[in-house]
Amino acid sequence: MAEFKQAPAGASVAEQAMTWVDNRFPATKLYKEHMSEYYAPKAQNFWYFFGSLALLVLVIQIVTGIFLVMHYKPDAALAFASVEYIMRDVPWGWLIRYMHSTGASAFFIVVYLHMWRGLIYGSYQKPRELIWIFGVAIFLCLMAEAFMGYLLPWGQMSFWGAQVIINLFAAIPFIGPDLALLIRGDYVVGDATLNRFFAFHVIAVPLVLIGLVVAHIIALHEVGSNNPDGIEIKEKKDPKTGIPLDGIPFHPYYTVHDLIGVGVFLFLFSAIVFFAPEMGGYFLEYNNFIPADALKTPAHIAPVWYFTPYYSMLRAVTDQMVYVFVGIVAIGAVLAVLRGRLSGVMKVGVLVAAIVVIALLMAFDAKFWGVVVMGLAVMILFPLPWLDKSPVKSIRYRPGWNKWLYGIFVVNFLVLGYLGIKPPSDIGTLVSQIGTLFYFGFFLLMPWWSRIGTFKPVPERVTFHAH
Amino acid sequence: MTKKLILGLLLSLGLMGGALAAGGGAALDRFPADRATNLPALQNGAKLFVNYCLNCHSANYMRYNRMRDIGLTDEQIKNNLMFAASKVGETMHITLDPVQAKDFFGAAPPDLTVVARSRSSGAGSGADYLYTYMRTFYRDDSTITGWNNLVFPNAAMPHVFWELQGQQRAVFEQQKDAHDPSKSHAVFKGFEQITPGTMSATEYNEAVADLVAFMQWMAEPHQSQRVRLGVFVLLFLAVFTLIAWRLNAAYWKDVK
Repeated sequence: MAEFKQAPAGASVAEQAMTWVDNRFPATKLYKEHMSEYYAPKAQNFWYFFGSLALLVLVIQIVTGIFLVMHYKPDAALAFASVEYIMRDVPWGWLIRYMHSTGASAFFIVVYLHMWRGLIYGSYQKPRELIWIFGVAIFLCLMAEAFMGYLLPWGQMSFWGAQVIINLFAAIPFIGPDLALLIRGDYVVGDATLNRFFAFHVIAVPLVLIGLVVAHIIALHEVGSNNPDGIEIKEKKDPKTGIPLDGIPFHPYYTVHDLIGVGVFLFLFSAIVFFAPEMGGYFLEYNNFIPADALKTPAHIAPVWYFTPYYSMLRAVTDQMVYVFVGIVAIGAVLAVLRGRLSGVMKVGVLVAAIVVIALLMAFDAKFWGVVVMGLAVMILFPLPWLDKSPVKSIRYRPGWNKWLYGIFVVNFLVLGYLGIKPPSDIGTLVSQIGTLFYFGFFLLMPWWSRIGTFKPVPERVTFHAH
Repeated sequence: MTKKLILGLLLSLGLMGGALAAGGGAALDRFPADRATNLPALQNGAKLFVNYCLNCHSANYMRYNRMRDIGLTDEQIKNNLMFAASKVGETMHITLDPVQAKDFFGAAPPDLTVVARSRSSGAGSGADYLYTYMRTFYRDDSTITGWNNLVFPNAAMPHVFWELQGQQRAVFEQQKDAHDPSKSHAVFKGFEQITPGTMSATEYNEAVADLVAFMQWMAEPHQSQRVRLGVFVLLFLAVFTLIAWRLNAAYWKDVK
């Protein structure tokens, strides 16, 4: 136990009260560690807004969500009507609902940009691997949260979107049909599904989400923030004070800095909430203003925009695509045996593994592999810290062509998203197949390409231009 | 680099808009949008709606007294617009049994509260759809009701405004498919009036526009409040951002 402190003689009542609290709870200590004496690199640019903005959107979603739950009825017979009740009869209900529906999309925009920042500045590299892993877990939770929340308005797209996605689980060999039954709680999407999704959406997933966000921030504050130069500011400390030379207290410098980001974000957010809450059918799909009807399948079912890149990858896996996978596995195994510096046992191991994978690829339906590809597209983010073998963190000091590669990665992701919105077409499938291969190639070949090229010298200190 | 990426992002968003626009069906006429905030038009639309639509169609999420927002008093609503309800706070429900309705029409008439939102598509707003739909009924002996519709082919609904618009015939011309000469399809060439209605064509268009204005308002009664409030919210946030920017500069000016 820490020693009991005494407030100095003549201390104000506030000071005495704080001393009393600090002897029992580390309030001042926590405040110093995470705010006033948490040193962040002073050269952070606008990309660093999106972390605090993600936290802001989380708060918006929780607060608006609480008020929605006060009026929403998780019952297949009442859900649609209760949402319209909120939109019409609950005072300011329309604003709360639009904030929540816009917030869902805003969350993904902000989080995608936040992840992109991590990607280009190498924020996942040592010693920040765990921050990245917690972050990917948050992204997964967010996807679950969004998917289950989307069922709640009980419109046509809610119903059929859930129907399509849950049926994907049914494609898993052996356990699939039972798993789908477990998720639905019924043989069709119905009241049981709505109730369990409601429970997950308002309690289970948010609890996990908040826990992960806390872990994400604690891990960040343990190792310190990265910066656009990818330099460890803790390596250059003031010998007298022990404070990083390029560090600056988070509060007030970054709280006030993030306030600009908050202002700009809320401006854009409000522009959508007040002037285009449907966002052209992307944030609130038109079909979802028709109550769920199990007997009327909509002509075209597409997930909400933030899932469409992954949905495209799912649809890209056709029978032909499975043959391409077989080819890639075979070539990979042959290269590993011929070129890899492996022991004889390892070589045999690689060959056996490749044969097993090829046999599995041929044994199961392409639809199942589509589900696997979609899952792996997110899962592949977890090992990123170990896939990247680059000697530098930031894109600023990587070889010039890396910028093109990362640029193509973004364009590819957007194209996949665009194709996921559209009904399937021959050319669309071909493009999304190429896009899927590029997406996976980017990550799986990273251990090789990330070493190639001439790296620029990383400066000793962060690049900072005084305001 | 950043600039290139942002440009790419904007370009792809533009592409997405284009794709949506290309997704629709028949070309829609544009609903005269200024009418959406015109109170006399909305009131006339309300009259048409309760007289012509609210017999087979419900508007179950819409309360009668919500129409106070379009300048009507409770007395006016009770005396002129309520036929199937006793209290002004009730919603616009109907007594038609949906099972029977399905027998009568082949499909139960849908609830119309938010139809102006659900009918939106890449081809136009829900109001555009309804405005075109209500004006493109034509005589067709091959259907059960004797009516057909241009934007909703084989619609189960007969032309409820036929007395107002009169009867019209659609002229189609068979044209060869540009890609496959062995196929041909009917291309709409225009309407021919068979019998006149009680309204002139202009009057009828005006009446439908009023009705659609009402339905569009009913789909989201708070829409004008939303837009009005939005202006002040954005003004506040613009000032907030300006102050945050200067405050930030004040804090950071000594950081070297």
